[in-house]
Amino acid sequence: MKTTIKSITKHFSDILTYALLIVLGVAWILPIVYLIYTAFRVTPSTGIINTLFPSGLRLGFGNFSRLFQDTMFSTWLANTILVAVCSCALTTAFILMVSYALSRLRFRFRKPIMNVLLVLGMFPGFMSMIAVYFILKAMGLTNSLLALIMVYSGSAALSYYICKGFFDTVPRAMEEAAILDGASQPMVFWKIILPMAKPIIVYTVLTSFISPWCDFIFVNTIISDREKYTVSLGLYKMINAEKNSFNDNFTVFCAGAFVVGGIIVTLFMSMQRYYVEGVTSGAVKG
Amino acid sequence: MVLERVSVKMKKRIRKNGLIHAFKNGSYATRLSFFIMGFGQITRGQIAKGVFYMLIEGIFLVYLILFGGRYIGHLFSGDLGRRLTGEMWNEELQIFEKIKGDNSFLILLYGVVSIVLIALFLLVWATNVKGNYENDIRVQKGESLTTFREDVRTLLNEKFYIPLLALPFIGLLVFTVMPLVFMLLIAFTNYDYAHTPPGKLFDWVGFSNFKTMFSLSGGTSGFALVFLRVLLWTFVWAFFATFTNYFLGLIIALLINKKGIRLKVLWRTLFVMAIAVPQFVTLLLMQKILDGDGILNKILGTNILWLSDQRNFALLPRLMIILVNIWIGVPHSLLLCSGILLNIPTDYYEAAKIDGASAPKIFMNITLPYMLHITAPYLITQFVGNINNFNVIWLLTGGGPVDNVYYGGGTQAQSTDLLVTWLYRLTTDQNPKYNVASVIGIIIFVICATLSLITFNKTSAAKSEEAFQ
Repeated sequence: MKTTIKSITKHFSDILTYALLIVLGVAWILPIVYLIYTAFRVTPSTGIINTLFPSGLRLGFGNFSRLFQDTMFSTWLANTILVAVCSCALTTAFILMVSYALSRLRFRFRKPIMNVLLVLGMFPGFMSMIAVYFILKAMGLTNSLLALIMVYSGSAALSYYICKGFFDTVPRAMEEAAILDGASQPMVFWKIILPMAKPIIVYTVLTSFISPWCDFIFVNTIISDREKYTVSLGLYKMINAEKNSFNDNFTVFCAGAFVVGGIIVTLFMSMQRYYVEGVTSGAVKG
Repeated sequence: MVLERVSVKMKKRIRKNGLIHAFKNGSYATRLSFFIMGFGQITRGQIAKGVFYMLIEGIFLVYLILFGGRYIGHLFSGDLGRRLTGEMWNEELQIFEKIKGDNSFLILLYGVVSIVLIALFLLVWATNVKGNYENDIRVQKGESLTTFREDVRTLLNEKFYIPLLALPFIGLLVFTVMPLVFMLLIAFTNYDYAHTPPGKLFDWVGFSNFKTMFSLSGGTSGFALVFLRVLLWTFVWAFFATFTNYFLGLIIALLINKKGIRLKVLWRTLFVMAIAVPQFVTLLLMQKILDGDGILNKILGTNILWLSDQRNFALLPRLMIILVNIWIGVPHSLLLCSGILLNIPTDYYEAAKIDGASAPKIFMNITLPYMLHITAPYLITQFVGNINNFNVIWLLTGGGPVDNVYYGGGTQAQSTDLLVTWLYRLTTDQNPKYNVASVIGIIIFVICATLSLITFNKTSAAKSEEAFQ
């Protein structure tokens, strides 16, 4: 008797859980479905925003061909990939170097440096954006992708702490043994610590690769040539530039967003495990 | 090992006695190296090092004379340029000549750059003097001087942190520190739309911008009260944005992790998909969906201004912002929480079960305290991040709706503005007020820095960084 009641409540709570998950899942997936639907929607050009199923609705790849033929999306895509790859390589190298130094080496001013970095990271980035713009201008670098790469990776040192938290957990015994065997510090860094830090490296690479795809404020300030845009600014301008641009371009925008989203989803899903490890190791150790 | 200890002792002695001591007791070479860098090193055979120091001094002096000195002078004489750009009559040629006047902006910028360079130079200069004094002591003791190769080896071993930190720190200096100092200084000038170089110049005004910000004149829409309103909303927003995301993420993680629930991977993937859509895409999409003419109103057959209803202090837009933010943020905290939930030691749960604790009790007494303990630093980072969460507000409402009763006046703030979006509007508006924006930036900084310094140094992480080694 008791067991049946227990199993009934158990079943009931399972059903409730499933119901909740389904409701929430739908809530989360619906906007994405809407995005994908709009990307494939080739409607008569009116009423794109405010009708879900207009008469004469057609689905197809029309928006994608418009995206790649009528806009400079392919150039923007190439720009973004270039910027993302370079800034991701630089950022990762910088973060690894700084966090290794702060975690494994002992030197004067180490603690103060850590606090200063923490404090510096608290300034809202675009407060200094205008100044950055003029510094770049003085260097003759405005309107170039190189400037973007430098801006994205220039302050990489500020986000050292997740990676440092990870390095802190690597046992010291191994590197001491290696040093007794005559290894130099660079060798320890290269041969012992780095191979062990794979999850955190993947995490850093992933986050720093994705961020140029999402930023549009800095691009907006630094770049003014249309052919130097990255995808985010290009897409943003596509529906925000002129008065009617939204009505005309919304489906194309969604197509572009679908392409960008697709790239990030692929990356993300393939490395999700590392991402979680990275996030949690950062959370546990601060 | 012994040698190392000697050198440590020596360094301590040098550090304690400082440069003055070095000047008093050093050899003539050391004393001369106060003025001619690298001199001592060259006379003692450390040619490469000496030439390096001399080169740096040379380049620096050339820079200072040809370029930097002028700007430093401007900065310390307390004026940021007087001559206006304009036209002047040239008697000889009988034409108007264009005159390139001063540019306060560039004077300030290059002044800051020069100060940073001087600081760097002083650092190199001090190392040079110390190196010489170290040589003096070595000679006194009859030890041999370090060769170039030994110096390199030191850089790769005991001083490995120098090559590691050098490049990242240069990046930091150029792209964070210099712009920052510059923007801090702007807060003490009258740089606004009426004083925009090169047409017009700006100048130092002391603390008057801070006075403006905190003065009560102007009534309900004066700076002080508007500032308080924006600040209050910034905190309310940061609080709700952080905790709604966190707890919803935790709850969904618990639901998915619940024993007997199938298709765990599918559920998780469903939510994680939302992370992969770039934030600005989601936000623009949501903005269009929630627009007055948007699809949501069409489907519901209503006419609700989801993002621009002014009534009740713009309550509806504020709620919608938090709601949309939930959509964006929960998947992140879901990933984090489900990662940590799996790590909770199972013996806690087993012990609780033996004691006959109910599920809610287990949650309140085991799961929640454990999660909060572990994720405390994450929560603080999130909170600070939300104080600075520009994208969500800017792309959804743009800070709006405009409310002339409570926000208008010259403050240019709007109903759902956070401090950061207000700052951004002040710098990009048609009538920019860079000086006021800088004041706001300083305030944001003080808030965030205090919050994070306290918590990071108090959490166990900072104390026990060697606990796991």
